Amino acid sequence: MKQKKALLENSQLVRRFNNFKSNKRAYISLYIFLSLFIISLLAEVVANDKPLLIRFNAKFYFPLFRNYVETDFGGDLELEVDYHDPYIHDRIAENGWMLWPIIPYKFDTIDYALDVPAPAPPSRAHWLGTDDQGHDVLSQIIYGFRISVIFGLVLTFFSSIIGVSAGAVQGYFGGRVDLIFQRFIEMWASIPSLYLIIIITSIVRPSFGLLLIVLLLFRWLSLVGVVRAEFLRVRNFEFVKAARALGVRNSVIIYRHILPNAMVATFTFLPFILNASIIALTSLDFLGLGLPPGSPSLGRLLAQGKANLQAPWLGITSFVVLSVLLSLLVFIGEGVRDAFDPRRNLV
Amino acid sequence: MSLLEVRNLSVTFKTGVREVQAVKKLSFDIAESEAFALVGESGAGKSATALSIMRLLPEGRAFYPSGSIHYRGRELMGISEDTLREVRGNRISMIFQEPMTSLNPLHTIEKQIGETLVLHKKLSVEEVRERTAELLNLVQLQEAHTRLNAYPHQLSGGQRQRVMIAMALANEPELLIADEPTTALDVTIQAEILSLLKKFQSQFKMSLLLITHDLEVVRKMADRVAVMKSGEIVETGKIDEVFENPRHEYTKYLLSSELKEVLPEPETLGEEVIKSDNLSVAFPIYRGIFRRKRGEVRAVDRVSVAIRGGQTVGLVGESGSGKTSCGLALLRLIPSTGSIKFMGEEVQSLKSGDIRPLRNQMQIIFQDPFASLNPRLTIGQIVEEGIRVHYPREPKSTRNRMIATALGEVDLEPEYMNRYPHEFSGGERQRVCIARALILKPRFLVLDEPTSSLDMSVQTQILTLLIELQKRHNLAYLFITHDLRVVRVLSHEVLVIKNGHVVEYGPVERIFNNPRHPYTKTLIKAAVDMEID
Repeated sequence: MKQKKALLENSQLVRRFNNFKSNKRAYISLYIFLSLFIISLLAEVVANDKPLLIRFNAKFYFPLFRNYVETDFGGDLELEVDYHDPYIHDRIAENGWMLWPIIPYKFDTIDYALDVPAPAPPSRAHWLGTDDQGHDVLSQIIYGFRISVIFGLVLTFFSSIIGVSAGAVQGYFGGRVDLIFQRFIEMWASIPSLYLIIIITSIVRPSFGLLLIVLLLFRWLSLVGVVRAEFLRVRNFEFVKAARALGVRNSVIIYRHILPNAMVATFTFLPFILNASIIALTSLDFLGLGLPPGSPSLGRLLAQGKANLQAPWLGITSFVVLSVLLSLLVFIGEGVRDAFDPRRNLV
Repeated sequence: MSLLEVRNLSVTFKTGVREVQAVKKLSFDIAESEAFALVGESGAGKSATALSIMRLLPEGRAFYPSGSIHYRGRELMGISEDTLREVRGNRISMIFQEPMTSLNPLHTIEKQIGETLVLHKKLSVEEVRERTAELLNLVQLQEAHTRLNAYPHQLSGGQRQRVMIAMALANEPELLIADEPTTALDVTIQAEILSLLKKFQSQFKMSLLLITHDLEVVRKMADRVAVMKSGEIVETGKIDEVFENPRHEYTKYLLSSELKEVLPEPETLGEEVIKSDNLSVAFPIYRGIFRRKRGEVRAVDRVSVAIRGGQTVGLVGESGSGKTSCGLALLRLIPSTGSIKFMGEEVQSLKSGDIRPLRNQMQIIFQDPFASLNPRLTIGQIVEEGIRVHYPREPKSTRNRMIATALGEVDLEPEYMNRYPHEFSGGERQRVCIARALILKPRFLVLDEPTSSLDMSVQTQILTLLIELQKRHNLAYLFITHDLRVVRVLSHEVLVIKNGHVVEYGPVERIFNNPRHPYTKTLIKAAVDMEID
């Protein structure tokens, strides 16, 4: 019997997935996005200033997982190895070989071997050029993409949970609960969040977690209105009355009957919330109020592009990356929403 | 020559890659000052036909693969919008089903009626005002002169429909298309509107194209009738011929879709299931900034009713008379005062937690089968709901068997369990609603207009099913409806209610043959003869 239930749920899932697949644009977007995201999750392997594998004196070395000192490779100093150093390079080349990642630079690797002044234009060594401190742009993008997407997903997840719950309670119970909550939200929403963030970041050193919490304080508001409206509408439907006539509890009615119906509105907004979260982090970084200096970020790259108009590859690259990322997410969101709407199954 | 000649009309709707042929090679004529009716069940293509005469179907989605429409010998198909506009609203005008949405809520009555006059007759402001007042008098709108500046929300449904008719008549059209003009109205108002239309038709020598699913309305109004089925006309002819001697199977089927099942005999009735004494429902009125209670509206006023097992009590009244409130109050779904005894036990004083165990014994079936099923749950999950609440410990296999039995009782396949409500027709959805109520084996069912949004033949099927179930399980029914024709065959006793008051209460035969109260008399005359004094 359990099997049968699993099968039934499975068939629903399969149905939804097939629906999603039938939307070609969303499906292709999902593919592209997932590939990019997986690449960025593996950023350390794709773009790093340490070789993946070293063969030296008939022994294998794994610089990604262990730190070695120069004396290990025939150097003179008890210092961490800089594998870009020509001296070390030659030492290893004499007695073995090194396997480099596709992009032999980390986001914070400074390339001292540039033959033009930084920012360097795209070349064989730096496919998308470097910024004005000699950091590889492509590497920064891979790391920055990862942090932006993860930040966006986490922020969206938590703000949706808070927003949907608040909206559900207000819409379902209505009356005085709704009235008080609405006034509170109006006051809360009129707090200028940007200034608050500026003040907070000037007192405390901003970090991933702190930015997340501060932004979360204001982001959850965006869903409350929609969910509340949906609940106010659906709670008067006859199937809700029928459920009450059957003796179903309020909590079950909210969860089982109204929430799924309110989810279309939520799903419609979700891609925009996700995008807004990514933009929020990017713009804070752009203004220099975001993640601590030295962390990879699309916003900082944009700021670099603005500061170095003579190096158009900086601005163009970050613009293209951001717009592609945001468009992909909107397309996927659109597909997900349609897939969850049972009335579209027939199309 | 006929006024309107429709030849080989086909209408196709395209949505994405799907194509639906709504109308297939349809041909008919309407002579001058003739009343012609198009009859058929929902989805037969009646409205699509009417709208394509006016070319009001959404462009880009509706296509006309074939056909011609001649109006006084002049081709309407394929002429430009500008030329068409001379005909539309001037020579041919139209009234719609839903008076609530077919008037613009932001404009006064005068402005809306005057619009067509200004457009087609180029009258001055003064003349328009005069003519509008005249029209409102013509459609017998009460206090017509004071209503000129009224907004639609200040009028009742019947009054709005009168305004719609006034708008349609403004330019003295030669053809009036009436698309289900009275379906959304109460019986007495329906009778008034129909007699009004009839009067104008002879007065102005106007032709009428009447679209309806109600055969009684056709019999009353039309000279000739065409029966439509899935986009085609299956039979055309004079009213008497078609009704007396239907030739086509489908016409016979439509005409014979009357209730044949008989109610349980009164002798077999069981014990008293539910009894109310002076049941009242009041909605408070709040005024002022502090929302203090300043009064109340009595939606239900001291209603006493008793229903026994196997018995049906019909609760009859017009919209707004408190019928539904009364049903909901009996189930304790809305707060009320007065005594409610269920199986001899007082339930009015029970707390909401204590009433939950009783919920499996009293159930309700709603009017709109589209709104009463959660679109996000499968049929199985919907029917299962009651078991989840009352027998949460039952294993999955027992539950599935119970769902299958419940679906079987309402003649649905158990395989439907995994499908969603939108895949079903109105009749099938209503069966699902019944299954959901029956799975808990209730003793008392409130049927809140269970068939009024269904087609005639489907309505008969559902009612037959309800009677069978009543006999099988000895159910007590409170049957709420505005349709007296249904009440007559379906109820043992009738309760007539007006503004929350019981006007008359007694056995069905007595009420129909010998109504005592004038209101009951009016209702019955309006429903049975479609006439009004």
